[in-house]
Amino acid sequence: MTAPHLRTTRTCPFAPPEEHERLRDQETPTKVTMPNGEQAWALGRLDHVRAMLSDPRFSSNRWLRGFPTLTKDRPQDVPGRHARRTPLVMMDPPEHGEARRAVVGEFTVRRMEALRPRIQRIVDDHIDAMLAGPNPADLVTALSLPVPSLVICELLGVPYGDHDFFQTSSATLLSLTAPAEERAAAAEALHVYLAGLIARRREQPGDDLLSRQLATSDDVEALVSLGFLLLLAGHETTANMISLGVVALLDHPDQLKAITTDPSRTPAAVEELLRYFTIAEFATSRVAREDVELGGVLIRAGEGVVTLGNAANRDPAAFPHGAELDVERGARHHIAFGFGAHQCLGQNLARLELQIVFDTLFRRVPSLRLTEPADGLPYKDDATVYGLYRLPVTWDAP
Amino acid sequence: MTKIHADTSRCIGAGQCVLTDPDAFDQDDAAGIVIVLRPEPPDDAAVTRARQAVLICPSQALSLEQ
Repeated sequence: MTAPHLRTTRTCPFAPPEEHERLRDQETPTKVTMPNGEQAWALGRLDHVRAMLSDPRFSSNRWLRGFPTLTKDRPQDVPGRHARRTPLVMMDPPEHGEARRAVVGEFTVRRMEALRPRIQRIVDDHIDAMLAGPNPADLVTALSLPVPSLVICELLGVPYGDHDFFQTSSATLLSLTAPAEERAAAAEALHVYLAGLIARRREQPGDDLLSRQLATSDDVEALVSLGFLLLLAGHETTANMISLGVVALLDHPDQLKAITTDPSRTPAAVEELLRYFTIAEFATSRVAREDVELGGVLIRAGEGVVTLGNAANRDPAAFPHGAELDVERGARHHIAFGFGAHQCLGQNLARLELQIVFDTLFRRVPSLRLTEPADGLPYKDDATVYGLYRLPVTWDAP
Repeated sequence: MTKIHADTSRCIGAGQCVLTDPDAFDQDDAAGIVIVLRPEPPDDAAVTRARQAVLICPSQALSLEQ
């Protein structure tokens, strides 16, 4: 029997493709055909995904043969990829544990909480600017993108004068429409920029993540790689969750009311929105390093495993009525940030940014509404990270 | 009596236990590794939170002894 093709596009903006839920509801994992023609095991049950991501016999190294990829080529066949230092997300134990421990102290709950006043200021400034500017506005450019961008720049110690370069280069790099050469050039420019910034911080340390890392490490290439990862991961993901969260809350006024009348409910609402959208659902794919029995099938060494993260986050065994948005469900066991040793390093920063944005935006602009129907917006249903390209909003002038 | 056990060699410093129950868990500042502030949950609600922390812990570093 031929394995069905994996669908990576969503037909309904608020749901995974129906096939993913069908694949999840089968008794055992089954194989799917990836866009490059290779086959991989599809995991849709939450318990299977959690077991796989906790099992060191599965590798995160995207350069290994068999690693499932969403592109038509195979990453291991693209020349030049091996030249760069292995990024944290692709490391396996024991290398991964050591590298992660070196930086994880920067992302503790306490450290993130200390950033709250600064993030609040950034959010307020951008809402001020939006309210003073044209109405209607695009919330993506007014708020969703600049907030996480500025936060990650400050964390890394990027000087204010360099923000424009930093934002333009990263926008090109993350674009799906920019030609490959342009994206490669932007990546190279960012690597060069980060190497220069790190050299300057070595001479003149500041109160930032890169300076603190330099105090304990001489490995500049590893720091460039880390800076690059934090920039990429801390940027588009949070921006997309801000936009999608705003749409979903505007589309569910009763749920929005729950948090505007009682902001202590916002953290739970953020967890539910993370679960409901699961924007980086394929980021937790892996390849087996040895034969592993999982969920009643034998996954052989070299075979890829692709996670249907959004379907798993609606697994009825873990989330009853998972297709419904319910900000009070208690969704913290979702896997929107992954699971296992690689779980998102910046997850608590993302949570904080989302909580502050939703609380502040709907408090300060209670008349905020979409100017187009929610189901007709330009969703990024062709991207590896789901989101919105544009979010036209309007509000009543005071 | 329920007792919380933490395997610090498995901990990846994600801090999910701290978000679940800040009275029971903390992280060290250097590497974010879990510190169990209160190994014995004093009441049923605290036991429930401890169970949730065990479920959520991404590195499965936490467990409960009955």
